[in-house]
Amino acid sequence: MATELTLSGPATDRGALSAAWFRVGPVLSVLAVVLLIWYGAAVWLNSAQVIERVLSDQPGWTLVDLARLTLSMDRPVLPAPHQIAIDLFTSVFGWPIDSPRSLIYHTAVTSSATLLGFVMGTLLGAVLAVLIVHSRTLERSLFPWVIASQTIPVLAIAPIVIVILGSMGMTGTFPKAIISMYLCFFPVAVAMVKGLRSPGILELELLHTYAASPSHTFWKLRVPASLPYFFPSLRVAIAAGLVGAIVGELPTGAQAGLGARLLTGSYYGNTVQIWSALVMSALLGLFLTGCVALTERWLTPGGRK
Amino acid sequence: MSPTWLIPALLLLLLLAVFSIRWLATLDERGAVGKLGTPLLFGAWVLVFWQGFTQAFEVPQVLLPAPSLIGHALLASFGVLVSDFVQTVLHSALIGLVAGCALGFITGVLIDRSPFLQRGLLPLAALASTVPLVGIAPIMVMWFGFDWHSKAAVVVVMTFFPMLVNTLAGLNESGHMERDLMRSYGANYWRTLFSLRIPVALPFVFNALKINSTLAMIGAIVAEFFGSPTAGLGFRISTEAARLNMGLVWAAILVAALAGSLLYGLLGWVERRVTFWHPSIRSGG
Repeated sequence: MATELTLSGPATDRGALSAAWFRVGPVLSVLAVVLLIWYGAAVWLNSAQVIERVLSDQPGWTLVDLARLTLSMDRPVLPAPHQIAIDLFTSVFGWPIDSPRSLIYHTAVTSSATLLGFVMGTLLGAVLAVLIVHSRTLERSLFPWVIASQTIPVLAIAPIVIVILGSMGMTGTFPKAIISMYLCFFPVAVAMVKGLRSPGILELELLHTYAASPSHTFWKLRVPASLPYFFPSLRVAIAAGLVGAIVGELPTGAQAGLGARLLTGSYYGNTVQIWSALVMSALLGLFLTGCVALTERWLTPGGRK
Repeated sequence: MSPTWLIPALLLLLLLAVFSIRWLATLDERGAVGKLGTPLLFGAWVLVFWQGFTQAFEVPQVLLPAPSLIGHALLASFGVLVSDFVQTVLHSALIGLVAGCALGFITGVLIDRSPFLQRGLLPLAALASTVPLVGIAPIMVMWFGFDWHSKAAVVVVMTFFPMLVNTLAGLNESGHMERDLMRSYGANYWRTLFSLRIPVALPFVFNALKINSTLAMIGAIVAEFFGSPTAGLGFRISTEAARLNMGLVWAAILVAALAGSLLYGLLGWVERRVTFWHPSIRSGG
């Protein structure tokens, strides 16, 4: 495989265009195939309903009629990509931002819960990691439970967390942020423990010869050494936190947020709405991880690829 | 119910707990007693305080039921929980996990021969890891009905990409030296695949399997929030939470956690047996 890479890769002198095609071309081709299959599947899956409801009393219908009707149904089994795109566009731009019909509003609700949970989870994970690295007793007793905590399918306890916090008078963003936090803290804690321990005996002894205090060792050696472990864990954490926030919106009676859009869509059989909420949450996930990746590049220049 | 001596008693117990854990942690630095005993003792003390705390301060059971109450609910509704376990773990999660992983693995092996498809699919698979895939649950429920088939379908979609990515990484793990050796033996593609590349890829595959085992539990349970027949751990948790029957809710969570850990532990055990040659296992003991 390595030989093929150098043969057709950017190393040859076919210019920047072919280099760009080398990277983007395969992805675009795969996407095009997926899109084609999607349209085909939309026609195929929706045809039964269309034939039963509309075409059965119109003798002499053609395949063109079938395709036209299957791709423009109100509540299709599988909406066509352009239907989702149109719904996405109208629900993003068609309403004022504070209207509950605007997808921007729901996205903002979900992302505020995600971000709050992400910040709390990152802090909790980092504090736990510092404690675990500095205390042998805590490492022995607490660390296995940090790992065991993740065997509880957290998303499964989302309903109770919501109920418990609701009975304590907390509603809205905070309960969802708690669920996000629970999902976020784990990758950060594990990666930070590994990262804070990554300086070798040589580096530690060097600082010892400098007569560095423990806090100096911590800030000048352990923390910088942990950054390459920290940022990848942040990317995992924010993706997990988004899932947490969305699932946290399911049991609350679903007033607002992308999870609520999914749930109301599924109650009323509004498939196009489900799909556009799904696409929006995918975009939000990409955006959030992209932000973390940018911060990483900004804070660790030249450190990583 | 909350006499004045309870709080000093709890404080005394706390001191006892801290010292006993410290003692056990330093007692046997390397051996099995320190490694297994310390977290177990920690857990036991957590249970003691949980029980003591909920009784001493009469915490309403909606907030936090006492462990004894959860144990009672576990025994009283044992039959219900067993049928939930069968529905969620054995049907939705396991079948979905096996199907999704098999699909991901086979796709990985097939795509491995085409660098073009690899370059096309790997970025998309990386994107899929940042996307909340569990959101497809309502669509799957619409397509495949309320029973376990729709949950298994969600699990298939969630587990496919991690397996694909790890299989591809694993298949590229065997070095040039080993491949050249196989070529000098006159081994064909399939022989090289089965004798060299898949065995070398196994640590990656097991890694994906372990990640996927947690994802499968999550997918199966969350998909039940979108509609399910009257069985399943996710169904039990959400309906009993709505009825504020917290003992049974926590019992169902306990079952889910135990099932998830058991699955993970089982995969870890098989991994140690199958990939005993890998450095991470040799040194880990």
